[in-house]
Amino acid sequence: MPKVKVDGVELEVPQGATVLQACELAGKEIPRFCYHERLSIAGNCRMCLVEVKPGPPKPQASCALPATEGQEIRTDSEMVKKAREGVMEFLLINHPLDCPICDQGGECDLQDQSVAYGRGASRYHEHKRAVTEKYMGPLIKTIMTRCIHCTRCVRFSEEIAGVDEIGALYRGENMQISTYLEKAAEHELSANVIDLCPVGALTSRPYAFEARPWELKKTLAIDVSDALGSNIRLDSRGREVLRILPRVNDDVNEEWLSDRGRYMVDGLTRRRLDKPWLRRDGKLVAATWAEAFDAVAKINPGSSVAVIAGDLVDCETMFAAKKLAGALGSTLLEGRQTGLAYDASNLAAVNFNSTLAGIEDADAVLIVGSMIRDEAPLLNTRLRKAVKKGAKVFIVGPEWDPTYAATFLGDDLSILGNLPQALVDAFEGASKPAVILGGAALGKGALGAGLAFAERFKLVRDGWNGFNVVHMAASRMGGLMLGYAQDGGIADLVAAKPKMVISLGADEVDFTKFAGSMIVHIGHHGDKAAHAADVILPAAAFSEKDGTYVNTEGRVQYSEKAVFAPGEAREDWTILRALADALGVTVGFDSFDQLRAAMVAEVPALGTEGLADYGALPAAPSDAKAEGVIAGYPIKDRYLTNAIGRASPTLQRCSAELVHGETFAEAAE
Amino acid sequence: MSLQDKDRIFTNVYGYQPWNLKAAQARGDWDNTKALLERGQDAIIQEVKDSGLRGRGGAGFPTGMKWSFMPKESKDGRPSFLVINADESEPGSCKDREIIRHDPHKLLEGALVAGFAMRARAAYIYIRGEYIREAETLFAARDEAYAAGLLGKNACGSGYDFDVFVHRGAGAYICGEETAMIESLEGKKGQPRLKPPFPAGAGLYGCPTTVNNVESIAVAPTILRRGASWFSSFGNENNRGTKLFQISGHVNRPCVVEEAMSISFEELIEKHCGGIRGGWDNLLAVIPGGSSVPLVPGEQIRHAAMDFDGLKALGSGLGTAAVIVMDKSTDIVRAISRLSYFYKHESCGQCTPCREGTGWMWRVMERLRTGDADLAEIDMLQEVTKQVEGHTICALGDAAAWPIQGLIRHFRPEIERRIAERAGDVREAAE
Repeated sequence: MPKVKVDGVELEVPQGATVLQACELAGKEIPRFCYHERLSIAGNCRMCLVEVKPGPPKPQASCALPATEGQEIRTDSEMVKKAREGVMEFLLINHPLDCPICDQGGECDLQDQSVAYGRGASRYHEHKRAVTEKYMGPLIKTIMTRCIHCTRCVRFSEEIAGVDEIGALYRGENMQISTYLEKAAEHELSANVIDLCPVGALTSRPYAFEARPWELKKTLAIDVSDALGSNIRLDSRGREVLRILPRVNDDVNEEWLSDRGRYMVDGLTRRRLDKPWLRRDGKLVAATWAEAFDAVAKINPGSSVAVIAGDLVDCETMFAAKKLAGALGSTLLEGRQTGLAYDASNLAAVNFNSTLAGIEDADAVLIVGSMIRDEAPLLNTRLRKAVKKGAKVFIVGPEWDPTYAATFLGDDLSILGNLPQALVDAFEGASKPAVILGGAALGKGALGAGLAFAERFKLVRDGWNGFNVVHMAASRMGGLMLGYAQDGGIADLVAAKPKMVISLGADEVDFTKFAGSMIVHIGHHGDKAAHAADVILPAAAFSEKDGTYVNTEGRVQYSEKAVFAPGEAREDWTILRALADALGVTVGFDSFDQLRAAMVAEVPALGTEGLADYGALPAAPSDAKAEGVIAGYPIKDRYLTNAIGRASPTLQRCSAELVHGETFAEAAE
Repeated sequence: MSLQDKDRIFTNVYGYQPWNLKAAQARGDWDNTKALLERGQDAIIQEVKDSGLRGRGGAGFPTGMKWSFMPKESKDGRPSFLVINADESEPGSCKDREIIRHDPHKLLEGALVAGFAMRARAAYIYIRGEYIREAETLFAARDEAYAAGLLGKNACGSGYDFDVFVHRGAGAYICGEETAMIESLEGKKGQPRLKPPFPAGAGLYGCPTTVNNVESIAVAPTILRRGASWFSSFGNENNRGTKLFQISGHVNRPCVVEEAMSISFEELIEKHCGGIRGGWDNLLAVIPGGSSVPLVPGEQIRHAAMDFDGLKALGSGLGTAAVIVMDKSTDIVRAISRLSYFYKHESCGQCTPCREGTGWMWRVMERLRTGDADLAEIDMLQEVTKQVEGHTICALGDAAAWPIQGLIRHFRPEIERRIAERAGDVREAAE
């Protein structure tokens, strides 16, 4: 713990801290552009210069200088002020100063810091540099003249995303940041460079000229595009959510967000179900709420009811539906829409037990049947970190590019019963070994074999649980906690031939199997389920209601309502409450608070934010064995995985351009 | 008392004899190198320290001390490396080129001796991309040395395994900066690294590395053979030894010549260059150490000692001893402006002050050249150079600032005259 003096105040700083961190601990603000906590240190913007004694008689870049015993650091001297003014002036001489038409305006590091640390006026009377635009794909808009060459985007692509596609061309004042051959940035985390860019060089293309940051209402919410529960902020104006940004949560998403989660925002205003619809003579016709409830009452299903929960719904909706079904006398609840039927009697066996942050410490990892990059993009960055620390990764399943060194063991699951020696050696020597089962593995019934693997290599040991399942639906863990699982999966529902099927945004279900049932769809998008529905009750998307979500590691998180649902759409729980009246039963709640209280009373874990405790891992079934070939992964198109994404023009374009390789002509300027 | 032929280290600097191994051995290179190595690592470093040899690449850091920073044993299995800087790109400098094309075996032997002394596994010679013939010679000389068992496994029969790799650069001035050179050797874009960590701790491929100039390495075997006291008998205190001076510009016979350090400028010019073109009265200014040091007006430098301290006292530096002489026919503002263009062109673009500042300085210099400026802009330019100097990752920012500072310090009246003259012209035109 070296002791340093910052502006005369003595303090102790942690071993290995930089001078910049020491200054921050002392409460001094150090301006910076290139420095970022989660990226490697570049030291190239020179904005963080401070005076350090002992040392050469010139200012030092504090971001790159280790704090050592007895240093005297000054952040308020004349030399530091001059140095900051100088660097600021240099940064601005070739910066276009087009703040009034720049989307970064109002949340621009350069703008803020030039006010705080710059000189009042420019002394530069030469021509300013102009830089040709670089095409970076449908998500990232570039105005490279504004670039200050901090290289954050370059370092992010290289270090976090693991994709070498952004770099610097040329040198000196002709240096330009570009993607390789000006192709689109293609990876699943590409838009994070927009957040990282301290100026307006990289901005969001779909969001261009939409709004100013000070006009926006900021709501804290949870991402539903995958099962990680990334913490997000919804920026809304009036009745529309205009953009989605990640929030910092080191346990979940650090401060990144997948492109899918970020850009499904414009799907929220398209293809919405904004009034009730009824199927008459095979055709859907618009109706009023009263007509819709009458229609449901007419079904008069008795107890012959089944509920299917979609991937995006919150726990409250599922609980309300469960209560309704229960009041009618049914327990036919299922959330695994595509037919998965793994044993969900012990939730520890279907949970990501290592936790997302914890998996970084793993030193041997076996991935079975998961294309992590598509299924849980931010889990892949964690695994990448683990590999950087020396972890060995083995993957069973069709090959994909994990961005780190990994050994593919083929796509035949029977290899789990006949492990290669290299894997056995790695796992026997590992102190924190882990296995990750994905949807493709669960689909082939490999859960038991995974548990057997965990037993064989003692993946559960003191302070470490290395048994993990990665889900893809934001509602999955919550659904399992609320009992949305039948022993035979959705096949049990089909076999029961229910008179009425309530779909809670269940857009991935094959409804042809429910041909004899009346389908009541409570959903927000005119997607697959709406085509099959007999009654459509328009509901709220995740941004339009409060809700509880449980992510794949069992972390309970609350999401808040940013805007009202469009048109006549209502929040899901109110629809279910009204259905109870229509069907003549009582569900025991009249307000959201009552609903949530009832839910917490039934499943106490949902009442506290944070990791739910699922207890110990069950013993592996004695006959556990895995066989069969994993033919492919569940996600065929990483941008169009849910109803909101499919409605989003931005993600449709991403899918067409980046997944299916279509080319788009740029509008001539 | 200038240097006598018997005391010259580079006896074939003019290429009167062949460069090959046979001729080199006749000149004394590779003569019982095994015995030199047998003295032991610490003894070699001590001898070099005692000789007072200061780095010949420009900064003048004591060479022996630099070698002693290298780890004595590898605690974690990392090897050590010697990198030899042959990326001679400083305008005015042309000494390494003469060494490589006419005396490459001096360099190779030096590489072995120095590499052995610092316990390096291998030496990388990073040669400037434009030195095509020189690189050919160096490749051939290295192959000769390998074939003769002087390098490689059991080099010179000493039992020490030492490899020499020659790597051709791609023509970037910045790759002459030691950490940029390391980056470039690793196959990356040549951009200087942040220090610390210093190369002696983590350099090439993250291993302890020393980067030395060609001349510093090439003189090492001779120092060991003839002794530290012989070498330190030349030059003033703290500026010992002999040095290759490269005199270009307005002298009657531009040349590269080995001379004792601390020789006076006048003697150097009179003896080897046939005097200043048009006589001493015609001397305007001298850039004594390659383009990155400030210029010195002719009258001040005439009796100055050509060494690190003597030129520092004049507000300039010895640099690589690339002496650029300018007589009164020179457009001095244009000359410095051209240097500014060079630094603008060669800035790597990594850090802000240099990337943005070099271009700004050059543009203002161009206007000062024609007088199309305001008087206040001279002070502004001076301030801008101060904003660049000392604020950058590497020394290129300093190198870009110093020539302009020298110009303003010594030739401010000339700049002001041009501004006034042009202002006068403009007024006339307006009437």
